[in-house]
Amino acid sequence: MDYSQFLYMHEELSLLAVITILFLADLFMCPDKKSGKGTFNTVLPVLLLTAHTLLNLLPCSEAYSAEAFGGMYQYTPMMTLVKTVLNVGTIVVFLMAHEWLARPENRVKQGEFYLLVLFTLLGMYFMISSGHFLMFFIGLELASVPMAAIVAFDKTRYESAEAGAKFILLALFSSALLLYGISLVYGGTGSLYFDEIGILLSGESLLGILGLALFITGMGFKISLVPFHLWTADTYEGAPTVVTGYLSVISKGSAAFVLMTVLMKVFGVASLVETWNTGFFWIIIASITIANLFAIRQKNLKRFMAFSAISQAGYLVLGIMDGTAQGMTALVFYLLVYMAANLGAFAVLNVVEQRSGKIGMDDYDGLYQTNPRLAFLMTLCLFSLAGIPPFAGFFSKFFIFMAAFKAGFHLLVFIALVNTVISLYYYLLIVKAMYIKKNEHPVEAFRSDGYTRAALFICTAGVVLLGLAGVVYNFIDGFSYGIN
Amino acid sequence: MEYTLFILLLPFFSFLLLGICGKWLSHKTAGIIGTLSLGVVTALSYTVAFQYFTAGRVDGVFQTLVPYNMTWLPLGSLHFDMGIMLDPISVMMLIVISTVSLMVHIYSFGYMHGERGFQRYYAFLSLFTMSMLGLVVATNIFQMYLFWELVGVSSYLLIGFYYTTAPAIAASKKAFIVTRFADMFFLVGILIYGYYCQSFGFDFDAEGFAQGAYMLPTALVLMFIGGAGKSAMFPLHIWLPDAMEGPTPVSALIHAATMVVAGVFQIARLFPLWIQYAPDSLSIVVWVGVFTAFYAAAVACAQSDIKRVLAFSTISQIAFMMVALGVCLPGHHGEVIDNHASLGYMASMFHLFTHAMFKACLFLGAGCIIHAVHSNEMSAMGGLRKYMPVTRWTFLISCLAISGIPPFSGFFSKDEIITACFAYSPVVGWIMTGIAAMTAFYMFRLYYGIFWGTENKELHASHTPHEAPLTMTLPLVFLSLVTVTCGWAVNFGSFVSASGEDYQIHLDTQVAVTSCVVALVSIALATWIFKGERQPVADRMYAAAPALHRWAYKRFYLDEVYQFITHRIIFAYISRPIAWFDRHVVDGFFDFLAWGTNALGYRIRGFQSGSVQKYAYIFLLGALVLLLIMII
Repeated sequence: MDYSQFLYMHEELSLLAVITILFLADLFMCPDKKSGKGTFNTVLPVLLLTAHTLLNLLPCSEAYSAEAFGGMYQYTPMMTLVKTVLNVGTIVVFLMAHEWLARPENRVKQGEFYLLVLFTLLGMYFMISSGHFLMFFIGLELASVPMAAIVAFDKTRYESAEAGAKFILLALFSSALLLYGISLVYGGTGSLYFDEIGILLSGESLLGILGLALFITGMGFKISLVPFHLWTADTYEGAPTVVTGYLSVISKGSAAFVLMTVLMKVFGVASLVETWNTGFFWIIIASITIANLFAIRQKNLKRFMAFSAISQAGYLVLGIMDGTAQGMTALVFYLLVYMAANLGAFAVLNVVEQRSGKIGMDDYDGLYQTNPRLAFLMTLCLFSLAGIPPFAGFFSKFFIFMAAFKAGFHLLVFIALVNTVISLYYYLLIVKAMYIKKNEHPVEAFRSDGYTRAALFICTAGVVLLGLAGVVYNFIDGFSYGIN
Repeated sequence: MEYTLFILLLPFFSFLLLGICGKWLSHKTAGIIGTLSLGVVTALSYTVAFQYFTAGRVDGVFQTLVPYNMTWLPLGSLHFDMGIMLDPISVMMLIVISTVSLMVHIYSFGYMHGERGFQRYYAFLSLFTMSMLGLVVATNIFQMYLFWELVGVSSYLLIGFYYTTAPAIAASKKAFIVTRFADMFFLVGILIYGYYCQSFGFDFDAEGFAQGAYMLPTALVLMFIGGAGKSAMFPLHIWLPDAMEGPTPVSALIHAATMVVAGVFQIARLFPLWIQYAPDSLSIVVWVGVFTAFYAAAVACAQSDIKRVLAFSTISQIAFMMVALGVCLPGHHGEVIDNHASLGYMASMFHLFTHAMFKACLFLGAGCIIHAVHSNEMSAMGGLRKYMPVTRWTFLISCLAISGIPPFSGFFSKDEIITACFAYSPVVGWIMTGIAAMTAFYMFRLYYGIFWGTENKELHASHTPHEAPLTMTLPLVFLSLVTVTCGWAVNFGSFVSASGEDYQIHLDTQVAVTSCVVALVSIALATWIFKGERQPVADRMYAAAPALHRWAYKRFYLDEVYQFITHRIIFAYISRPIAWFDRHVVDGFFDFLAWGTNALGYRIRGFQSGSVQKYAYIFLLGALVLLLIMII
């Protein structure tokens, strides 16, 4: 065997190295439970992950595609790009987690948090780069089992434990369906290699269509598309806010990208493309509309963000339609922008929750009076989520609508546009609460710590600059590809 | 020439710094930051100009350089770019803008001394300068439009600088609404242009232009309406006189030298298209220009507020530039652009340059006077020559220049314009000569009214006028020196000309002598009427035709006409029914929609029950439905 093939997996290997170092550091530097002494904190994981991200960007300059292990592992520069986006998101999550992990009950186990998060990230890496359904499935499980553990991280809190249980039960359920779909595809073609299935699968085979539908179902769970979304609200509400942020952006984003690449590679025959277009047509309409209907009535902001995330997922999946290169660019760009805006909003939610324990919509009344800067940043992020120019969200929505429109889905784009207006309403509800509503007991004025501020800075910079700097979109466009 | 990027970035950063951190800076620091960054920009602009013009010509024309360009928004075959383009007119504009802006920055030290919001003032000045520079170096019409709007915004902010006074607020709103109204046409023009020609760029050789040629006249005329709004052409001029509510240095920079010539610049930028595809439509530009020039000159003769006189004189002079562009003709011998037939192009740009310098000088001079007597009205002045010698002499030089007396710069540029007009049609030529005579008359009426004439002794006794401080007089001296020399010292035609080839300016003796004589006669007339302590002739004239004077003073009641149209007709008969429809029908529909959405949300909340078994059940059902949809 040619061991040099492992070099193609340098990204996974270097992440594994980061995990190993953190594991050792956790062993020796972790704060003692009684004395509280110990030097392990956010700085080390953030530094290591940053170094990892930068290192992996270096070979990106020479654009090449490669296969290793007989096609089990595949590599294109676009994947590095997406992995980098995920890395940056994870760094932001780590930064905003600092305040939560510094609490006395969490200090001892903070090492576990970093490790579990990075394991899910590693799983996503494998999913992204897989060229074989076995590898893909391992990646998928690696990305969801530790996730259940971090959802239930506040294990003494009832809601957190409940959220973890719900998540793992439904994840198992969806995995089972997915696995069944894969087995049907295997039955139809006799292969698990993406490239081979892509050639062997014809549009007429019922087994292929069955497999496709179940595959979409399984991935729809990860992306939380309607009607596979029901776990979202409960899990998002119960999980620690930081984890909710991670779940809503990184986990969802990687799954959406993988869904697109696998569909293009495995189910890329013209007649099958027609089939999944029809499926997504209804899924997108349902996701955006139903999530909007639910979001309007939410009183708890984490539940609110859950429904907002479901509708955003609907927009994200618009980029998949027809599997065009333009769609892929739009999807990755949307993901990047959504990451900045959503993590920014979660950073604010998290810091307010940590300081005051408040998470209800009414608790945000009059936030502007006491914490004007936080309220302002939150407004920027919400504006971007709603797609108000000149913030990045406007451009990302514009590009994704453009891609779907070019692919010929005029009605779909129209419905999505109408829903944008509805979403504007509920995003502005929060802005209204913060700026206009009066409150006798507003959240007290406080000064957030440096880590949160760094996270907020990165997110705000993304929200403001990503759209205006057209280079970003062009850069992504240079790497994207469609169905031949 | 990558460093050209800093010409835009420096004022932008200075704007951000002063805008965000301004309140922690002292007045002096803020002023120094603004002025220093502008000083560097000016130095860079001069370096660019030096490099560009000494680089020499290729095939007898200056090259168009694009040192920086990036695609900002790709839209399939069309794309919006952002970049920097250098060609003779943009380099010339760089010099004009940075010079005048620097002078205004220095001048404002004295003029705005101790004002509240000093830092904000300098921040807005930086913003304006950045936008204006971005406008002239734009590589495509869309970028030009973006900066065009930014210029409008900064003009709005600066006119309303004294935002606690009602007239300033009204004036800033008026300026913004009127120019925005015109810009709407500009935008439509741009869209037509982009759609039919498949390009937003300024490289007019592309084949798309030929195929969209039949729509180009429409597009160009629509864009001209936008330009007419910014450049205060009749009937969209009404905002400019009111814009004088802003601080006087702002009037000098924005409403005399730079922003208001944006419309002229726009036509000059698109000139190859006009002359090749829409030469007939240029007559619209000519007649709009001629009428505006006349109308504004007539109104200027009767105003008593010195800034208003200067404002109308600005309108009139910009109209001269417009006319000059309009009277260009396509070449005779097969070439599209011929320097001789398109003499007006060079004349227009030349006049733009000279006018920017002397008009800025006049406005800054007016600022000194207002600073000294604390009033804009001529009745508070008179006899100021003994108190303010520097202001007086620089003001006189600029008045002579605008009247077209050699050897001052205005003579040379105006002479070229009138020559071009005569080549187009003798009628236009004579009309413009007549308006030039009116110019000399009202400028000297202003001059005598301020520095000679009846002194308001009562006022001056209680508060003796004094010469302005050095920071204010220095820019005056500099600008008047430029005015004295730039007409004869350099041959403008060898820098800017319609075809880009070297063009030797030579005076048409007949025209030169005529316009000189006419100007001198007008000045003599003004001297006779307005110089003395008592002014029997003037009084008799007012008495003889009181109606005419009142009409001219009231600007022929044009503002009232607009008021009538907007308030009585548009608001009452169009807006009110629409408002009713909006409030009852449209709002009602959306209220219904919101109510429906809410009710629906309440109904379907049962799906989100919290029970995992039910979730899995729905999950499975969903998968089956999806399967069904996909199989069918």
